[in-house]
Amino acid sequence: MPVLTPESLEEACRLLAADPGAVPMAGGTDLLVHWPQNLDAHGRTYLDLSRLDELRPLRWTDDALVLGALTTYWDVIRDPRAGEEFPLLIAAGRQVGAVQIQARGTWAGNVVNASPAADGVPVLMAYDAVVELASAEGTEEVPLDAFYLGYKRMRRRGDQLVAAIRLPRRAYDVAIFEKVGSRRAQAIAKVGLALTRSAAGWRVVAASMAPTVCRCRALEKLLTDGAAVASPDDLLAAIRQDVKPIDDVRSTAAYRERVMARVLYHALLGKAESFG
Amino acid sequence: MKRREGLAKLTGREPYVDDLAVDGALWGMTVRSPAPRGRIREVRFGDGVDWSEVVVVDHRDLPGPNQVKHLTVDQPILAAAAVRHVHEPVVLLAHPSRRAARRAAAAVEVVVDPEPAVLDFRAPPRPEQVQHGDDNVFTRLTIAKGDVERALAAAAHVIEGVYETGAQEHVYLEPQGMVAWVDGDGVLVVQGSMQCPYYVVEALTHALGRGRDAVRVVQTATGGGFGGKEDFPSCVALHAALLAMKAGRPVKLVYERGEDMAATTKRHPSRVRHRTGVDAGGRLVAQHLEVTLDAGAYVTLSPVVLSRAIIHAAGPYRCDHVLIEGRAVLTNSVPYGAFRGFGAPQTHFANERHMDVVAHRLGLDPVELRRRNLLADGESTATGQVIRDGVDRAALLDQALELASFGERRAAHERFNREHPYLRRGLGVATVHHGAGFTGSGEVFLASEVEVAGLPDGRVEVLTASTEMGQGTTTVFTQVAAAHLGYEPDDVEIAQPDTSRVPNSGPTVASRTVMVVGRLIERAGDDLRRRLGLDGGARGAALKEAVAAWHRAHPGESLRGFARYEPPPGIRWDDATYRGDAYATFGWAAYVAEVEVDLRTFTPRVTDFVAVQDVGRIVNETLARGQVQGGVVQAIGWALLEECKLEGGAMVNNQLTDYIIPTSEDVPPVRVAFQETPYPYGGMGAKGLGELPMDAPAPAIANAVAAATGAAAWKIPLTPEHLMELMEDGDHARPG
Amino acid sequence: MPAQADAIEVFFELNGEPTTVSVPASDRLLDTLRYDLGLPGTKEGCGEGECGACTVYLDGLPVNSCLVPTYQVRGRRVATVESLDPAELDDLHAAGATQCGACTPGVAMTARWICEHPEVLARHTVRQLMAGNLCRCTGYDGIVDGIEATLAREGK
Repeated sequence: MPVLTPESLEEACRLLAADPGAVPMAGGTDLLVHWPQNLDAHGRTYLDLSRLDELRPLRWTDDALVLGALTTYWDVIRDPRAGEEFPLLIAAGRQVGAVQIQARGTWAGNVVNASPAADGVPVLMAYDAVVELASAEGTEEVPLDAFYLGYKRMRRRGDQLVAAIRLPRRAYDVAIFEKVGSRRAQAIAKVGLALTRSAAGWRVVAASMAPTVCRCRALEKLLTDGAAVASPDDLLAAIRQDVKPIDDVRSTAAYRERVMARVLYHALLGKAESFG
Repeated sequence: MKRREGLAKLTGREPYVDDLAVDGALWGMTVRSPAPRGRIREVRFGDGVDWSEVVVVDHRDLPGPNQVKHLTVDQPILAAAAVRHVHEPVVLLAHPSRRAARRAAAAVEVVVDPEPAVLDFRAPPRPEQVQHGDDNVFTRLTIAKGDVERALAAAAHVIEGVYETGAQEHVYLEPQGMVAWVDGDGVLVVQGSMQCPYYVVEALTHALGRGRDAVRVVQTATGGGFGGKEDFPSCVALHAALLAMKAGRPVKLVYERGEDMAATTKRHPSRVRHRTGVDAGGRLVAQHLEVTLDAGAYVTLSPVVLSRAIIHAAGPYRCDHVLIEGRAVLTNSVPYGAFRGFGAPQTHFANERHMDVVAHRLGLDPVELRRRNLLADGESTATGQVIRDGVDRAALLDQALELASFGERRAAHERFNREHPYLRRGLGVATVHHGAGFTGSGEVFLASEVEVAGLPDGRVEVLTASTEMGQGTTTVFTQVAAAHLGYEPDDVEIAQPDTSRVPNSGPTVASRTVMVVGRLIERAGDDLRRRLGLDGGARGAALKEAVAAWHRAHPGESLRGFARYEPPPGIRWDDATYRGDAYATFGWAAYVAEVEVDLRTFTPRVTDFVAVQDVGRIVNETLARGQVQGGVVQAIGWALLEECKLEGGAMVNNQLTDYIIPTSEDVPPVRVAFQETPYPYGGMGAKGLGELPMDAPAPAIANAVAAATGAAAWKIPLTPEHLMELMEDGDHARPG
Repeated sequence: MPAQADAIEVFFELNGEPTTVSVPASDRLLDTLRYDLGLPGTKEGCGEGECGACTVYLDGLPVNSCLVPTYQVRGRRVATVESLDPAELDDLHAAGATQCGACTPGVAMTARWICEHPEVLARHTVRQLMAGNLCRCTGYDGIVDGIEATLAREGK
């Protein structure tokens, strides 16, 4: 099992350009699950990113919070400024697995794992995150809400690495994260919701409700238009336009749809003027 | 006394089977059936593997009967011509490299011509699905008292109900594992994770054509059992032994978590139908129950699980007319087996939930209904056993309610529920009993034996086959021996259960360890004194000196006190009619659960739990409390979180991401209280404790959810998806 | 089967001592500790990062060693349960934090980490921090009580 060990981001991009089939490895919390039984995985080539210390820290600019490619959930949870300006990152980070996972899991890894049940992606998307992709050919920026093309498919070429995730700094007057899991920790979301409102408008993001984490445009329009919502059922029409939940090993479509409506309704009571 | 091996466990020095470095050992793997039923057409060994490097064992390598000896011999060691469940073992492999063994296993294909499988235990089988007798019923058992039909006809009210419980996976944190080799003297040695070393000995001698002296079984530190390591280790031990015998080298066979969850035994799923007659005063006058258990593909322990299930099924109540009809039914599911509680949690769930339904129908407080019907001393159970142990069962209920601030909280919940937009709170109660030790004549049949050896330096060594798996055997046995002989704990050794050294004190099951085996330790200590010519007053330093002196006078000889089980006086049980004293004694409990249900997500959460019980004298408070707390949390998991999702009768959510057991964040502190009415025939006055905590939490929680939401809970796990169905769609899912 | 054709040399600090090990690139840190370095105290309970029985410290933080490729610990600090001071585990012992012991090494590691870094309790409860260590025997009370007793005794 070849392991490539670049010492810089630039070297990593060069190695990846030479072998776009190599699998970038950050914290390993997704890729190493059931590793000994995953015999096929042992035959691949891995690109070990863990030595790229410059990609670890998060940094603040005048207009953005920039998460590094190797910034972990725990890094963000412990950052006091992140807690003030981007509380949903803390809320979501704390509900990823447990401490042991938060200490190793990276936000970028969550993005490229592309699970429809991701915990980090919904809050990043609700904060209008932009993914910075680096390659030997240069950098490219893709808004996270345009990053996913379908189940486990993304706008990332095999030779591109996530170098950073940039979140514009804004004043938010609504910031809500709700994760409905099978238990209170170490749970995969059955329904995930991230909502924000700022001068840039409403953002409603759903997880585990469709083949990808996705923005819910019909719900955003309903909120922007100030449509009257007297009960969770009044949200169902917009929900059905935005998402298509399924039955799977964790839950059922019927449960997901009904619960999304109820959680959304109660979350917005008192926050959205037209609710209640 | 602190747990004796506690520091070793906390520092990671306690050796479990996979921690043992065995020179030259090969890694074993098991290849299993992909189909729930059929004829094996072919076993294909694929390309990409150098098979000359791999040790291969199949049914043709068996030197004796292809039978895993449990209660019967219907389960093959390795499937030969036919398979009866998904994951049934077919071929065994071994290789020096674990990675290579895995690759080899993945390259073996078992080709099965399918036959009609039966997967639903509720429905009678179609003719082509019959695989046992003429109706797939392994066992039928009946308890009859009085005339139930006449009493039902005369009852003021008759209330019916049907209740179901799902399978439960043990999730012992240490998976199944064995290491086997043939030593220089030709003795087959098997070491590993197990509850019952002598069960393993029996399985090995039965199948391998070896005498008792040619087999030695040693229990290594066992990381949890809960019944899951009662019978299944015999299979793992046989597999490891067969590989080792063929390879001529030691073989280590340790299951991977996914394999362990999918392929080993689980708690029997159940369905119980109640028809209950009550008089105008809310007293039980008739109980008619039909109890059905899904046994899975082979008998394993199902007859005994069914036995315990029906004996407890009518609850700790007075009722003159009872008819309980029980059946354990074959399906092509992975065979079900022992799990803490062993049938009683299933029937207590049904009965205690039904008590609340009855109360609701009568407009009676569920607590009051229980008060009116709880057995008093001098009254008899469903099998006609007169209870005379002096336990104040009403006081248990009183204390539980008081600790839970029941009346006050219930009133507060009513106000809260009216006001809150989506949270609902409720309280639920359950009162239960649990027979300690083996049923009826079981303990007599076991004829358990214990030895207490006097060592040359005056210390003693306790020799039993009872295993430590976390419940505290080592510590409590030390306390029992030390107390009885007046010794310091450090002067008491507890022998590792090694069948070349220890007598057969029976299996570590049925909550019998302290009560039965502990009592035998006391008597063996008495016998040791007799052999020294001393009376019962000889204790402490004087006794220690007498032991040492004896050894000086008899160098090289062995000094052993011995005891064999004797039943307590007056125990009468009739296996043919299922009447009489089902157990030597019962433990009793009253538990209260408080839940908060989030109606946005239909998720119930246990917010407070009170567990009050009388299990005789408590020998070690910390260990006893730990048993109750652990059992309650395991039962909370069974009630709310743990769902075995089966396809073809096998678990497909066989990983901890998808089979949800409680984390520390999912459960409240469990508040425990003991009332102690000493049991004169138990070690240090103790009764059995380990399983009782599984009996009451699930119904208490279901009752609490019903109180909080009005939902007519009838089935567990009471998952959010199921609660949503109950509340939004009515009872569509409920069978007639 | 190819032997150690893809062996990787890993030089790191293990329990305070510089250590070198040569292992297949596909080994997990858990495998290396248990089978190559003679440190079987760290346990495998699930292989998927759910149970925490494999918890070790990596650069001072508790992580699931079943999810760490051994090659990633080059130049880093690893500590296992074997490095814990038994005297500091006494409150856990007395409170009943261990029964069967299979989860215990992982529990002890996370518990000690909390006690060494009590500032995390400003934003997390003990139960939240222990949620990555599954236990099937204790019901968690013995563990939580033991940690609280330790914190009280250590004045934190």
